[in-house]
Amino acid sequence: MKDFIMNPWPWWFSGILISSIMFLLVFFGKSFGFSSNLKTICSMAGAGKKMKFFDFNWKAEIWNLVFLIGALVGGFITKEFLTTENAVQISEATKSELNVLGFSNPESIQPMEIFSWESAMSLKGFLILSFGGLMVGFGSRYANGCTSGHAISGISNLQLPSLIAVIGFFAGGLAMTHLIFPLIF
Amino acid sequence: MTKFIKFLLVGTLFGIIMAKSEAISWYRIQEMFRFQSFHMYGIIGTAVVLGVLGVAIIKKYRIRDIQGNPIIFPRMEKTFVKYILGGSIFGLGWALSGACPGPMVVNIGYGYFTMIIVFVSAILGTLLYGMLRNNLPH
Repeated sequence: MKDFIMNPWPWWFSGILISSIMFLLVFFGKSFGFSSNLKTICSMAGAGKKMKFFDFNWKAEIWNLVFLIGALVGGFITKEFLTTENAVQISEATKSELNVLGFSNPESIQPMEIFSWESAMSLKGFLILSFGGLMVGFGSRYANGCTSGHAISGISNLQLPSLIAVIGFFAGGLAMTHLIFPLIF
Repeated sequence: MTKFIKFLLVGTLFGIIMAKSEAISWYRIQEMFRFQSFHMYGIIGTAVVLGVLGVAIIKKYRIRDIQGNPIIFPRMEKTFVKYILGGSIFGLGWALSGACPGPMVVNIGYGYFTMIIVFVSAILGTLLYGMLRNNLPH
Protein backbone atom coordinates (compact mmCIF):
# COMPACT_ATOMS: atom_id res chain seq x y z
CA MET A 1 0.00 0.00 0.00
CA LYS A 2 2.74 2.45 0.98
CA ASP A 3 4.76 1.45 -2.08
CA PHE A 4 1.71 1.93 -4.28
CA ILE A 5 1.24 5.49 -3.00
CA MET A 6 4.90 6.43 -3.11
CA ASN A 7 5.60 5.07 -6.61
CA PRO A 8 4.23 6.79 -9.73
CA TRP A 9 0.53 5.96 -10.06
CA PRO A 10 -0.59 3.66 -12.88
CA TRP A 11 -2.66 5.12 -15.71
CA TRP A 12 -5.90 3.35 -14.75
CA PHE A 13 -5.75 4.58 -11.15
CA SER A 14 -4.96 8.14 -12.26
CA GLY A 15 -7.74 8.05 -14.85
CA ILE A 16 -10.33 6.91 -12.31
CA LEU A 17 -9.30 9.68 -9.91
CA ILE A 18 -9.39 12.39 -12.59
CA SER A 19 -12.94 11.47 -13.56
CA SER A 20 -13.80 11.61 -9.84
CA ILE A 21 -12.48 15.21 -9.74
CA MET A 22 -14.86 16.10 -12.56
CA PHE A 23 -17.82 14.47 -10.78
CA LEU A 24 -17.01 16.04 -7.42
CA LEU A 25 -17.09 19.49 -9.08
CA VAL A 26 -20.31 18.58 -10.89
CA PHE A 27 -21.95 17.56 -7.59
CA PHE A 28 -20.78 20.85 -6.10
CA GLY A 29 -22.71 22.58 -8.88
CA LYS A 30 -19.63 23.58 -10.90
CA SER A 31 -17.80 22.30 -13.95
CA PHE A 32 -14.24 21.12 -14.45
CA GLY A 33 -12.34 23.63 -16.59
CA PHE A 34 -9.00 24.95 -15.46
CA SER A 35 -8.15 27.53 -18.13
CA SER A 36 -11.15 29.68 -17.13
CA ASN A 37 -8.92 30.76 -14.25
CA LEU A 38 -6.64 32.58 -16.70
CA LYS A 39 -9.60 34.63 -17.92
CA THR A 40 -10.71 35.27 -14.34
CA ILE A 41 -7.24 36.53 -13.39
CA CYS A 42 -7.31 38.98 -16.34
CA SER A 43 -10.71 40.22 -15.18
CA MET A 44 -9.54 40.57 -11.55
CA ALA A 45 -6.57 42.61 -12.76
CA GLY A 46 -8.98 45.09 -14.31
CA ALA A 47 -8.94 44.03 -17.98
CA GLY A 48 -12.76 44.30 -17.96
CA LYS A 49 -12.53 48.09 -17.93
CA LYS A 50 -10.91 48.07 -21.37
CA MET A 51 -12.30 44.88 -22.90
CA LYS A 52 -15.84 43.59 -22.77
CA PHE A 53 -14.58 40.00 -22.97
CA PHE A 54 -13.15 40.35 -19.46
CA ASP A 55 -16.08 42.35 -18.09
CA PHE A 56 -17.95 39.80 -15.98
CA ASN A 57 -18.56 39.06 -12.33
CA TRP A 58 -15.25 37.35 -11.56
CA LYS A 59 -16.29 36.92 -7.94
CA ALA A 60 -18.55 34.08 -9.09
CA GLU A 61 -15.41 32.27 -10.23
CA ILE A 62 -13.48 32.48 -6.96
CA TRP A 63 -14.24 28.80 -6.27
CA ASN A 64 -12.08 27.90 -9.33
CA LEU A 65 -9.22 30.10 -8.10
CA VAL A 66 -9.43 28.29 -4.77
CA PHE A 67 -9.23 25.04 -6.75
CA LEU A 68 -6.09 26.48 -8.43
CA ILE A 69 -4.54 27.21 -5.02
CA GLY A 70 -5.35 23.61 -4.12
CA ALA A 71 -3.48 22.39 -7.23
CA LEU A 72 -0.45 24.35 -6.03
CA VAL A 73 -0.72 22.76 -2.58
CA GLY A 74 -1.17 19.31 -4.15
CA GLY A 75 2.06 19.69 -6.11
CA PHE A 76 3.88 20.71 -2.93
CA ILE A 77 2.46 17.83 -0.86
CA THR A 78 3.43 15.32 -3.56
CA LYS A 79 6.98 16.59 -3.73
CA GLU A 80 7.44 16.73 0.05
CA PHE A 81 5.56 13.67 1.27
CA LEU A 82 4.39 11.34 -1.49
CA THR A 83 7.38 10.68 -3.70
CA THR A 84 10.55 8.65 -3.40
CA GLU A 85 11.70 8.02 -6.94
CA ASN A 86 11.87 11.15 -9.04
CA ALA A 87 13.10 10.18 -12.52
CA VAL A 88 10.25 9.68 -14.98
CA GLN A 89 10.40 6.21 -16.53
CA ILE A 90 9.73 7.10 -20.13
CA SER A 91 10.14 4.62 -22.98
CA GLU A 92 13.57 3.86 -24.44
CA ALA A 93 12.37 5.05 -27.85
CA THR A 94 11.50 8.50 -26.47
CA LYS A 95 14.79 8.69 -24.58
CA SER A 96 16.83 8.03 -27.70
CA GLU A 97 14.82 10.46 -29.84
CA LEU A 98 15.23 13.15 -27.17
CA ASN A 99 18.95 12.33 -26.91
CA VAL A 100 19.26 13.20 -30.59
CA LEU A 101 17.68 16.60 -29.87
CA GLY A 102 20.20 17.18 -27.06
CA PHE A 103 18.15 16.11 -24.02
CA SER A 104 19.84 13.79 -21.52
CA ASN A 105 17.86 10.93 -19.93
CA PRO A 106 15.33 11.98 -17.24
CA GLU A 107 16.70 12.53 -13.75
CA SER A 108 13.51 14.10 -12.43
CA ILE A 109 10.03 15.09 -13.59
CA GLN A 110 11.26 17.86 -15.89
CA PRO A 111 14.24 18.34 -18.22
CA MET A 112 16.79 20.76 -16.82
CA GLU A 113 17.61 21.69 -20.44
CA ILE A 114 14.35 23.66 -20.37
CA PHE A 115 13.34 24.28 -16.74
CA SER A 116 16.60 25.13 -14.97
CA TRP A 117 17.04 28.84 -14.15
CA GLU A 118 20.20 28.80 -16.23
CA SER A 119 18.21 27.79 -19.30
CA ALA A 120 15.22 30.00 -18.46
CA MET A 121 17.46 33.06 -18.24
CA SER A 122 19.07 32.47 -21.63
CA LEU A 123 17.34 34.19 -24.54
CA LYS A 124 16.38 30.93 -26.26
CA GLY A 125 15.25 29.29 -23.02
CA PHE A 126 13.15 32.29 -22.04
CA LEU A 127 11.50 32.40 -25.46
CA ILE A 128 10.66 28.68 -25.25
CA LEU A 129 8.95 29.07 -21.86
CA SER A 130 7.17 32.31 -22.67
CA PHE A 131 5.98 31.33 -26.17
CA GLY A 132 4.87 27.94 -24.85
CA GLY A 133 2.77 29.61 -22.17
CA LEU A 134 1.52 32.34 -24.49
CA MET A 135 0.21 29.80 -27.01
CA VAL A 136 -1.45 27.69 -24.30
CA GLY A 137 -3.20 30.75 -22.85
CA PHE A 138 -4.20 32.19 -26.23
CA GLY A 139 -5.28 28.84 -27.68
CA SER A 140 -7.28 27.69 -24.68
CA ARG A 141 -9.38 30.85 -24.66
CA TYR A 142 -9.75 30.85 -28.47
CA ALA A 143 -10.92 27.22 -28.34
CA ASN A 144 -12.99 28.00 -25.23
CA GLY A 145 -11.31 25.35 -23.08
CA CYS A 146 -8.24 23.28 -22.35
CA THR A 147 -7.58 19.62 -21.59
CA SER A 148 -9.92 19.56 -18.58
CA GLY A 149 -12.75 21.49 -20.22
CA HIS A 150 -12.70 19.79 -23.62
CA ALA A 151 -10.85 16.44 -23.45
CA ILE A 152 -12.43 15.43 -20.12
CA SER A 153 -15.64 17.42 -19.45
CA GLY A 154 -16.70 18.13 -23.04
CA ILE A 155 -16.13 14.67 -24.47
CA SER A 156 -17.78 13.09 -21.40
CA ASN A 157 -20.86 15.08 -22.39
CA LEU A 158 -20.43 13.91 -26.03
CA GLN A 159 -19.84 17.42 -27.33
CA LEU A 160 -18.63 17.31 -30.93
CA PRO A 161 -16.94 20.75 -30.64
CA SER A 162 -14.80 19.37 -27.81
CA LEU A 163 -13.69 16.50 -30.03
CA ILE A 164 -12.75 19.04 -32.72
CA ALA A 165 -10.77 21.01 -30.11
CA VAL A 166 -8.94 17.84 -29.00
CA ILE A 167 -8.10 17.05 -32.63
CA GLY A 168 -6.68 20.58 -32.77
CA PHE A 169 -4.66 19.95 -29.57
CA PHE A 170 -3.08 16.95 -31.29
CA ALA A 171 -2.57 18.67 -34.64
CA GLY A 172 -0.65 21.43 -32.86
CA GLY A 173 1.22 19.08 -30.55
CA LEU A 174 2.30 16.77 -33.37
CA ALA A 175 3.41 19.72 -35.52
CA MET A 176 5.48 21.14 -32.65
CA THR A 177 7.02 17.76 -31.76
CA HIS A 178 7.78 16.43 -35.22
CA LEU A 179 8.22 19.53 -37.38
CA ILE A 180 9.34 22.39 -35.14
CA PHE A 181 11.41 20.58 -32.46
CA PRO A 182 14.07 19.47 -34.99
CA LEU A 183 14.44 23.15 -36.00
CA ILE A 184 14.74 24.64 -32.50
CA PHE A 185 16.61 21.94 -30.53
CA MET B 1 -15.20 31.09 3.67
CA THR B 2 -16.12 27.56 4.66
CA LYS B 3 -17.94 27.05 1.37
CA PHE B 4 -14.58 27.28 -0.40
CA ILE B 5 -12.84 24.62 1.68
CA LYS B 6 -14.25 21.79 -0.41
CA PHE B 7 -12.82 23.36 -3.56
CA LEU B 8 -9.44 23.71 -1.87
CA LEU B 9 -9.53 20.01 -0.98
CA VAL B 10 -10.64 18.89 -4.46
CA GLY B 11 -7.98 21.14 -6.00
CA THR B 12 -5.35 19.63 -3.72
CA LEU B 13 -6.43 16.14 -4.73
CA PHE B 14 -6.26 17.24 -8.38
CA GLY B 15 -2.70 18.51 -7.87
CA ILE B 16 -1.63 15.26 -6.23
CA ILE B 17 -3.19 13.17 -9.02
CA MET B 18 -1.55 15.27 -11.73
CA ALA B 19 1.84 14.98 -10.04
CA LYS B 20 1.62 11.29 -9.07
CA SER B 21 0.39 10.28 -12.55
CA GLU B 22 3.37 12.19 -14.00
CA ALA B 23 0.95 14.04 -16.30
CA ILE B 24 2.80 17.21 -15.22
CA SER B 25 6.00 15.95 -16.84
CA TRP B 26 7.29 17.45 -20.08
CA TYR B 27 8.79 14.01 -20.81
CA ARG B 28 5.39 12.31 -20.58
CA ILE B 29 3.86 14.84 -23.00
CA GLN B 30 6.71 14.23 -25.45
CA GLU B 31 6.20 10.49 -25.14
CA MET B 32 2.51 11.00 -25.88
CA PHE B 33 3.08 13.13 -28.98
CA ARG B 34 5.59 10.53 -30.22
CA PHE B 35 3.07 7.67 -29.65
CA GLN B 36 5.69 5.76 -27.67
CA SER B 37 3.75 4.95 -24.53
CA PHE B 38 0.19 4.13 -23.59
CA HIS B 39 0.49 6.00 -20.27
CA MET B 40 -1.10 9.38 -21.12
CA TYR B 41 -3.67 7.78 -23.44
CA GLY B 42 -4.57 5.38 -20.64
CA ILE B 43 -5.09 8.23 -18.17
CA ILE B 44 -7.22 10.37 -20.48
CA GLY B 45 -9.01 7.33 -21.95
CA THR B 46 -10.00 5.95 -18.54
CA ALA B 47 -11.22 9.37 -17.39
CA VAL B 48 -13.26 9.84 -20.57
CA VAL B 49 -14.88 6.36 -20.51
CA LEU B 50 -15.92 6.81 -16.86
CA GLY B 51 -16.94 10.39 -17.63
CA VAL B 52 -19.24 9.36 -20.48
CA LEU B 53 -20.84 6.66 -18.30
CA GLY B 54 -21.23 8.97 -15.31
CA VAL B 55 -22.73 11.84 -17.30
CA ALA B 56 -25.18 9.43 -18.97
CA ILE B 57 -26.24 8.07 -15.55
CA ILE B 58 -26.66 11.59 -14.10
CA LYS B 59 -28.85 12.56 -17.07
CA LYS B 60 -30.90 9.35 -17.09
CA TYR B 61 -31.74 9.47 -13.38
CA ARG B 62 -31.84 13.29 -13.25
CA ILE B 63 -29.45 13.28 -10.31
CA ARG B 64 -29.18 16.59 -8.48
CA ASP B 65 -26.18 18.37 -7.00
CA ILE B 66 -25.55 18.79 -3.25
CA GLN B 67 -27.69 21.94 -3.16
CA GLY B 68 -30.56 20.03 -4.73
CA ASN B 69 -30.32 21.82 -8.08
CA PRO B 70 -30.60 19.91 -11.36
CA ILE B 71 -27.18 19.16 -12.86
CA ILE B 72 -26.82 20.90 -16.21
CA PHE B 73 -23.87 20.11 -18.44
CA PRO B 74 -22.68 23.05 -20.56
CA ARG B 75 -23.21 22.67 -24.28
CA MET B 76 -20.52 23.92 -26.61
CA GLU B 77 -21.48 26.31 -29.37
CA LYS B 78 -21.63 24.33 -32.60
CA THR B 79 -19.00 26.02 -34.70
CA PHE B 80 -15.75 24.72 -36.14
CA VAL B 81 -13.08 27.31 -36.82
CA LYS B 82 -12.40 28.49 -33.28
CA TYR B 83 -12.09 24.95 -31.95
CA ILE B 84 -9.69 23.73 -34.61
CA LEU B 85 -7.58 26.92 -34.76
CA GLY B 86 -7.60 27.62 -31.04
CA GLY B 87 -7.00 23.95 -30.32
CA SER B 88 -4.02 23.82 -32.68
CA ILE B 89 -2.43 26.89 -31.11
CA PHE B 90 -2.99 25.35 -27.70
CA GLY B 91 -1.37 22.11 -28.88
CA LEU B 92 1.72 23.93 -30.16
CA GLY B 93 2.18 25.48 -26.73
CA TRP B 94 1.34 22.25 -24.89
CA ALA B 95 4.07 20.28 -26.67
CA LEU B 96 6.62 23.09 -26.30
CA SER B 97 6.13 23.82 -22.60
CA GLY B 98 5.01 20.29 -21.74
CA ALA B 99 2.17 21.64 -19.63
CA CYS B 100 -1.45 22.62 -20.00
CA PRO B 101 -2.84 25.19 -17.52
CA GLY B 102 -3.51 22.84 -14.57
CA PRO B 103 -0.11 21.12 -14.63
CA MET B 104 1.63 24.53 -14.90
CA VAL B 105 0.34 25.39 -11.45
CA VAL B 106 1.04 21.91 -10.04
CA ASN B 107 4.63 22.20 -11.29
CA ILE B 108 5.08 25.50 -9.46
CA GLY B 109 3.87 23.85 -6.26
CA TYR B 110 6.23 20.95 -6.95
CA GLY B 111 9.13 23.39 -6.94
CA TYR B 112 9.72 24.01 -10.66
CA PHE B 113 9.63 27.77 -10.26
CA THR B 114 10.62 28.55 -13.86
CA MET B 115 7.09 27.34 -14.68
CA ILE B 116 5.98 30.72 -13.28
CA ILE B 117 7.29 32.21 -16.55
CA VAL B 118 5.05 29.79 -18.48
CA PHE B 119 2.01 30.50 -16.29
CA VAL B 120 2.37 34.30 -16.45
CA SER B 121 2.79 34.00 -20.23
CA ALA B 122 -0.41 31.95 -20.38
CA ILE B 123 -2.26 34.76 -18.58
CA LEU B 124 -0.80 37.24 -21.09
CA GLY B 125 -1.83 34.89 -23.93
CA THR B 126 -5.40 34.94 -22.63
CA LEU B 127 -5.24 38.75 -22.44
CA LEU B 128 -3.90 38.86 -26.01
CA TYR B 129 -6.81 36.73 -27.19
CA GLY B 130 -9.22 39.16 -25.52
CA MET B 131 -7.56 42.05 -27.36
CA LEU B 132 -7.58 40.36 -30.77
CA ARG B 133 -10.77 38.31 -30.64
CA ASN B 134 -12.90 40.70 -32.70
CA ASN B 135 -10.43 40.32 -35.55
CA LEU B 136 -10.18 36.52 -35.41
CA PRO B 137 -12.27 34.02 -37.35
CA HIS B 138 -14.58 32.03 -35.10
